Amino acid sequence: MNVTSLATTLPILLAGMLGIFLVIGLIILVVYLLHKFTAGAR
Amino acid sequence: MNVLQTFAGLFANFGNLTWQMVVMWIIGGLLIYLGIVKKMEPSLLLPMGFGAILVNLPLSGAITQGDTEGPITALFQAGMSNELFPLLLFIGIGAMIDFGPLLEKPWLMLFGAAAQFGIFFTLVVAGLFFDLPDAASIAVIGAADGPTAIFVANTLGSKYLGAIMVAAYSYMALVPIVQPPVIRLCTTKKERLIRMPYQKGSVSKTTKILFPIVVTIVAGLVAPASVALVGFLMFGNLIRECGVLNSLSETAQNVLANLITLVLGLTVAGQMTADKFVKPDTLLILALGLVAFIFDTAGGVLFAKLLNVFLPADKKINPMIGAAGISAFPMSGRVVNQMGLAEDNQNFLLMYSISVNVSGQIASVIAGGLILTLMNL
Repeated sequence: MNVTSLATTLPILLAGMLGIFLVIGLIILVVYLLHKFTAGAR
Repeated sequence: MNVLQTFAGLFANFGNLTWQMVVMWIIGGLLIYLGIVKKMEPSLLLPMGFGAILVNLPLSGAITQGDTEGPITALFQAGMSNELFPLLLFIGIGAMIDFGPLLEKPWLMLFGAAAQFGIFFTLVVAGLFFDLPDAASIAVIGAADGPTAIFVANTLGSKYLGAIMVAAYSYMALVPIVQPPVIRLCTTKKERLIRMPYQKGSVSKTTKILFPIVVTIVAGLVAPASVALVGFLMFGNLIRECGVLNSLSETAQNVLANLITLVLGLTVAGQMTADKFVKPDTLLILALGLVAFIFDTAGGVLFAKLLNVFLPADKKINPMIGAAGISAFPMSGRVVNQMGLAEDNQNFLLMYSISVNVSGQIASVIAGGLILTLMNL
């Protein structure tokens, strides 16, 4: 069992989950902005 | 004597048969059985099962033998080693998705993000047993998305593509069995009874058209390796939503998707030769795939419970909807809805669970791209 791999994989876990929430968060924000600016066109 | 010797020569190939090849016939037969009788992802399991038999006949002409090129090997080089087939399939999948309900309540995308936890957790566990590229490829089984798993495994040059595909598609079909016990373990009866009344909103056509473009740009800026995956998925969706390419949308959803699916299973089976598949590693990969699905489910549910800590009593979320954030669409959304109705036959969670399920399709693709980006850093 390669326990030393944890030094590489644990940061990837943290960065990955932060990254996905960041991307999804940005997309949510942009969607809300799109709703606001296109509300009159519905 | 000459006639007898020639006749006997017809059976010489039997001597090349190994017990591992017979094991692969049985596995191929099992995949065919699961596809036809149990109706588990038949469009993939049946070609994979039959392909596994084709490539595990001694000196099979279906795969390259020495200088003689086999058609399955040729197909693999034409469309799999360059990741073309899964990307083309994504155009079809994107054209099939209606993001409307999700766009009405975009905050539901957070559950799609949370439900990708299983991928990164499995990467940590798999890293204890495999080298990093293989561990990352195995972890993406948790994306519950065949094309993403193929794309990542191929890009990282994993030697376990066949086992990864069998695990990915099998567990996608087993979602109704895998998810409910995990959901029950992570929630209380009271939480499962939380009602979420649904009010339909509206989404402008402009938003529906701009959404795929925006997603591609945002995801591509953060994770450039995801541009191909996200871009092709969103291109398919743009064809659907633009309103001026109905024939192309129809073609993408039906002809293109079916054509690629037809060859995808066979070409993946080209990696299911006995020497690559009949190994202890395959069992470990199947186990890790299950870990990925379990922790995906738990990640989504526990995130919903965390949000509930901060929400007022009349705005609580039924944490079961978090489990639908995996990409197994629409099965996971339906499973959560059925569980809600089983607890309270007036609690209709379908619009929420399906919206979260749709968000899982976006999130899983982004997660796959993030894995590739982080591996390159």
